[in-house]
Amino acid sequence: MSLTSDPPVGKAHANGAEDDDYSALKVVPVRHPWRWAAVVVTAVLVAQFAHGLITNPGWEWDVFANFFTTQTILKAVWITIQLTFYGTALGFALGIVLAFMRLSKSPFLKSVAFTYIWAFRSIPLIVQLLFWFNLTYLYKRLDFGIPFGPGFFSFDTAGLVGAMSAAVLGLALHQAAYAAEIVRGGVLAVDGGQLEAAAALGIPRLRQLRRIVLPQAMRSILPNAANEVISLFKGTSIVSVMAIGELFYQVQVIYGRNGRVVPLLMVATVWYIILTTVLSVAQYYVERHFSRGAAR
Amino acid sequence: MTAMVDIRSVHKSFGSLQVLRGIDLEVRSGEVAVVLGPSGSGKSTLLRAINHLEKVDSGWISVGGSLIGYRRQGDRLYELREREILRQRTRIGFVFQNFNLFPHLTVLENVVEAPVSALRRPRKEAVSAAEALLARVGLADKTAAYPRQLSGGQQQRVAIARALALEPELLLFDEPTSALDPELVGEVLDVIKDLAHQGTTMIVVTHEIGFAREVADTVVFMDGGRIVERGTPAEVLDAPRHERTKAFLSKVL
Ligand SMILES: Nc1ncnc2c1ncn2[C@@H]1O[C@H](COP(=O)(O)OP(=O)(O)OP(=O)(O)O)[C@@H](O)[C@H]1O
Ligand SMILES: [Mg+2]
Repeated sequence: MSLTSDPPVGKAHANGAEDDDYSALKVVPVRHPWRWAAVVVTAVLVAQFAHGLITNPGWEWDVFANFFTTQTILKAVWITIQLTFYGTALGFALGIVLAFMRLSKSPFLKSVAFTYIWAFRSIPLIVQLLFWFNLTYLYKRLDFGIPFGPGFFSFDTAGLVGAMSAAVLGLALHQAAYAAEIVRGGVLAVDGGQLEAAAALGIPRLRQLRRIVLPQAMRSILPNAANEVISLFKGTSIVSVMAIGELFYQVQVIYGRNGRVVPLLMVATVWYIILTTVLSVAQYYVERHFSRGAAR
Repeated sequence: MTAMVDIRSVHKSFGSLQVLRGIDLEVRSGEVAVVLGPSGSGKSTLLRAINHLEKVDSGWISVGGSLIGYRRQGDRLYELREREILRQRTRIGFVFQNFNLFPHLTVLENVVEAPVSALRRPRKEAVSAAEALLARVGLADKTAAYPRQLSGGQQQRVAIARALALEPELLLFDEPTSALDPELVGEVLDVIKDLAHQGTTMIVVTHEIGFAREVADTVVFMDGGRIVERGTPAEVLDAPRHERTKAFLSKVL
């Protein structure tokens, strides 16, 4: 047999179709037997888990239902929301200031911001919170007036820093360190030509930041910021060490009294899931707002 | 005629690299000056120095009779604050090679932004002026579009309208067609030619020799941070006296 011989003609036409006309042929899709096996195994596991949730009396769904919307729990949820809100708002406000300090040309402002971020990222949140809670021990009075000079007003720290404000302060200061880095990253991601064009047009400095830089920076800030808000929201449970009646603390108090640990942990869990879902939905809409004009 | 732009012995270095080594240039009101020169010769740096995006090391630049970046009081020059420099820049339009439109704002908002925030024009007035300008560059139907939805040529025409919205007394173009596909170059050059014929004072850095020949009053050839040769298009483009000019032209023509 020689290499140049024509291919056998009869064979190509044996199935009744022309060589170059595929339109009449039946398409046989690729089969995925292993994918099907994985689906079956996973489905069985999920069914078992769901069955356990429903039938295992240990979950005590009746207790869960009793407590899920009681006054005490709703109040605790509200406190958790407040802690998250103030922690985020103050944290990001301070974070934006710190970010622009780090981006400024002044070596002094830069190093102050750098040191702050370094310090507050190094201290575990729980340790920091306990410090604030014990502020009274460090500073008995707080004076407002000329720096190092005579004071005009003064407060007893005991009255000023209640448990709740100590908690908000701690969460916000902690959050600011992370927020600063996120904002700085977002600003650096904006093309330098944008600021140059704004400067060439004579647009005032603050307006350059607010109208040109920040809206564009928001696109990379938002996904990270949403992560931070959600983790702060769950992080509020740490505040329970300061005996503040937020969700996790209140749940602990109740199961300490009645011993129904598992259903009460589920009460907290379901609330955390619901609120995280709300935050995720909000994230979707905010991100959509700031993606105006983006190609992707 | 009076000098609109007056540049005297301007020097500028980046570290140890001398980019401008004594530039003297005068551009009269209504004149179109085209700057040619090889890459790295300092053309962009000179243009950026004129509206103080780049601070010069020595020498001075004045536009429309006022010193850029400084204020003279008696025998002293006081450096201006950023706010005052921003105000000076509103009298000078700058068009960038890669447009630098604001991608999150519509075409109309791009043009309206500076008149409203820098010149404090009433918004309504600024919007109708912007619409007229966009019609003038042939983009009346694109006011609501975002920059990324436009072709390169359309984006550059928006950028020109944006610069014109401040009614500047001087327009600076830094290679306005270098980032464009060849078939889009013409539409942008046509807009610039139009402006030139209406008597706008402008300095254009470009590699488009045909454009220089057609609209330039003065052609300036730069090399190594110096102005090597200047004159009418006929003088510089058709009868260059300097070896370096000849070498450059033989490469680009
Ligand atoms: N900010 C800067 N820092 C350091 N060096 C710079 C800076 N800007 C420009 N240069 C250098 O200065 C020289 C002149 O740059 P410039 O952009 O003015 O050249 P050009 O004539 O515009 O060139 P091209 O035709 O490529 O645009 C180049 O060698 C460049 O690398
Ligand atoms: Mg250049």
